[in-house]
Amino acid sequence: MNFNATLIGQSITFILFVWFCMKFVWPPIMNALETRKKQIADGLAAGDRGKHELELAAKKAADNLRDAKAQAAEVIVQAEKRAAQIVEEAKTAAKEEGDRQLAAAQANIEQEANRARESLREQVAGLAVAGAEKILRREVNAQTHADLLGQLKAEL
Amino acid sequence: MASEYHSSGEYIKHHLQNLTYGQHADGTWGFAHGAEEAAAMGFWAINVDSMLFSIGLGVLFLFLFRMAAKKATVGVPTGLQNFVEWVIEFIDHSVRGSFSHQNAMVAPLALTVFMWVFLMNLMDLLPVDWLPFAATMAGVPYLKVVPSTDPNVTFGMSLSIFFLVLYYSVKMKGAGGFFSELAFQPFPKFLFPVNLLLEGVGLIAKPISLALRLFGNMYAGEMIFILIALMFGGSWILALFGGALQWAWAVFHILIITLQAFIFMTLTIVYLDMAHAEHH
Repeated sequence: MNFNATLIGQSITFILFVWFCMKFVWPPIMNALETRKKQIADGLAAGDRGKHELELAAKKAADNLRDAKAQAAEVIVQAEKRAAQIVEEAKTAAKEEGDRQLAAAQANIEQEANRARESLREQVAGLAVAGAEKILRREVNAQTHADLLGQLKAEL
Repeated sequence: MASEYHSSGEYIKHHLQNLTYGQHADGTWGFAHGAEEAAAMGFWAINVDSMLFSIGLGVLFLFLFRMAAKKATVGVPTGLQNFVEWVIEFIDHSVRGSFSHQNAMVAPLALTVFMWVFLMNLMDLLPVDWLPFAATMAGVPYLKVVPSTDPNVTFGMSLSIFFLVLYYSVKMKGAGGFFSELAFQPFPKFLFPVNLLLEGVGLIAKPISLALRLFGNMYAGEMIFILIALMFGGSWILALFGGALQWAWAVFHILIITLQAFIFMTLTIVYLDMAHAEHH
């Protein structure tokens, strides 16, 4: 065990190695480690956030679905109501139309009957005048006996 | 394998001798042949094997980690990057646990200390004869493959760390603050010579214990591997028993090399933390 210049050589070598390690080995690897650590932390945070957002979205979707169902139900109810209303209106309109047509027909019939009665009355009056003429054997002056004839016509 | 040596003692000595390059007593430069020659070279000689293996392992560590750093992606890591990130997170965790100040240098320093010491210790798991035998075949007289069994290596690191501790102590507390920390506690001010002695010993003990702990553990472990390897030169029963022992010691040693690397790193962090901390 004798000391010699190896001591100095070893010290210089040691210092050079430490310097090299400090300059070119430690920083890049440490940098990579730190960056990866940060990335992993960020990734985990993003995952959590994503999960949270998913929950929110699911809740929102359920809400939307419920609203849509409620709206659809309301629309159906309204539609049914409207349909019933339309049927009711159609019924009313048909009835009115029927009544109107019935009334028109009755009026028509009455008119026809009146007209028939009128013409019948004229014919009867004519016949009566003709019969009277024949009975009297003379000509009845229509102008002189107009009031008599009119009275007769009204009585018939 | 001990058969080509004249005695067990020679075998052990050979395995514990570094390949030292320096100036011989006669003025020529070359490799030392034997411990006496290496010692005679004085301070201005260099352990070529320690330097080569430690630099090679350090470069291997930096190359692998630099490759991972260059390709480091924020996405899913694979293969090498996975391993490197695992090591770096482990070091980062240790530094955060023991170091409570702001200093961008401490974590890379801890990483370098841990990986480098670990790789140097790992050489201990190679069977003790492989590389030295190959080196002898290639004409290299001595080869010690575990750099951390060379006190020059461990002291080189611990003294560098010691100077960092001194630097940050003065930087954080000022020269006066650092001196008062050494001189005016734990006893009252008028006993400052006693304080200075106590704290001075405590301060000096840091790098020495740091280096000696690693060196001692690795040296002892290597010694036991060498002693077990001696058994391979005996009868086949002894060799078989030696094989089993070597396997068991190697398994146990996996724990020791990792633990020593971890202790070296943790103490480095703690010493630097103490240098940053304000005493009250």
